[in-house]
Amino acid sequence: MNRDEIQSRLTQILGTIAPEMDAAALDPTLDLREQLDIDSMDLLNFITAIHKQLGVNIPEADYPRLTSLAACVDYVAERR
Amino acid sequence: MAEFRMPSLGSDMEAGTLVEWQIKPGDAVHRGQIVAVVETVKGAIDVEIFEDGVVDELLVVPGTEVPVGTALARIRSAQPRAVPESPEPSTSPAPIAATPAAAPSEPAAAGPAALAPARGGRLKVSPAARRRAAERGIDLADVRGSGPDGAITLADVEGAAAPAPRPAAGARDLAAMRQAIAAAMAHAKREIPHYYLAMPVDMAPALAWLELRNADRPPEDRLLPAILLVKAVAKATKRFAEFNGFYRNGGFEPSEAVHVGMAIALRGGGLVAPALHDARDQDLDALMQDFRDLVQRARSGHLRSSELADPTITVTSLGERGVEAVFPIIYPPQVAIVGFGAVTERPWVQDGRLIARQALTASLAADHRVSDGHRGGLFLAAIADALQQPELL
Repeated sequence: MNRDEIQSRLTQILGTIAPEMDAAALDPTLDLREQLDIDSMDLLNFITAIHKQLGVNIPEADYPRLTSLAACVDYVAERR
Repeated sequence: MAEFRMPSLGSDMEAGTLVEWQIKPGDAVHRGQIVAVVETVKGAIDVEIFEDGVVDELLVVPGTEVPVGTALARIRSAQPRAVPESPEPSTSPAPIAATPAAAPSEPAAAGPAALAPARGGRLKVSPAARRRAAERGIDLADVRGSGPDGAITLADVEGAAAPAPRPAAGARDLAAMRQAIAAAMAHAKREIPHYYLAMPVDMAPALAWLELRNADRPPEDRLLPAILLVKAVAKATKRFAEFNGFYRNGGFEPSEAVHVGMAIALRGGGLVAPALHDARDQDLDALMQDFRDLVQRARSGHLRSSELADPTITVTSLGERGVEAVFPIIYPPQVAIVGFGAVTERPWVQDGRLIARQALTASLAADHRVSDGHRGGLFLAAIADALQQPELL
């Protein structure tokens, strides 16, 4: 799975968490939680979906690395 | 014979629109079963029934808005001893019909509909269509048939039912929800003499415990700090019963059960505070599963009637977004609400030394008709104490 595919899968998951989001307007370099108004439950659901769908288990200690969509893509790409 | 009535889903609800029946006459129903969907300003709510029995008659057709307390169906109570079943009488008094005046938001409604069987044998109706019409409470006389010789098909009935569909998931009337919140909060501020207290809570032990606990678990089994906070509040009510219950009919009614209302912000605005049932008796894992499920349904629809009607005390964790402290308003008829601010690293004096410590500000708004600040302070301290021993939560 290349970076584009990972980004598209992650965007898809985010769409289920923030159904009102405009995927085209999402800036992958900006703070994800702020852009999508993501709270801790949303974040946990995001990480749970990444684990179930992409097989990447992100430990809590690594949450701070998941700042932007691009950072999430980097993280998943490294571990797949 | 018992009546199943339009439930009150919080003090801010005066009426609800029956959207859908999930039962029909003759069905056996059980306590806790979802029997109907009711549209409220909080979205579509799955309404449960609170007794066992057999559905005798549906009194209200889908699409009708009725005041809280209106009988919606008649239920024959389940009798422990065997009673010979008498032949089903086919009497069917005219049900309350949807009228344009009662459902102004649905101008396309197909006019008065009745549950009565189709008149005479004049209409050609497919069996599936007849069954569906009975389920949905649609009068076949009002349905235009598209089949051979004008026969009414299943699709025709589905089409006729369309004016009162289940609202799209998450669809809410924000203006109506705002009005309902305004009514409840204005009532609270007018009637309830609030007092407010706050105290700092050392969160280091709870967060350290949580980190260890979550470290070797997959994401789906991890706990959020909010669950520890809720459990600490629920436990503390054991010794401080005057914060758990309702102020009704001029007096306080303590509640045996502890159903913690969780203030949940909705995307796009508004909030609901449905109950985590029996929070004191559940372990953290079970509470977390319930909480996940509750947040998901609060945001997508399908909250249950008991979840909206039952909260005995409410918790709001606005700290999630960084605010330091919350000064919440009690949700009537409850008598207390506990707020939690953000966990921040702050200066903390311990054993005469200044250290950096992870802490939050816990606050309490409580009803002075029921309790005093002294007890309120002890209640907050009990919550803080419970959080110092997370392994016992």
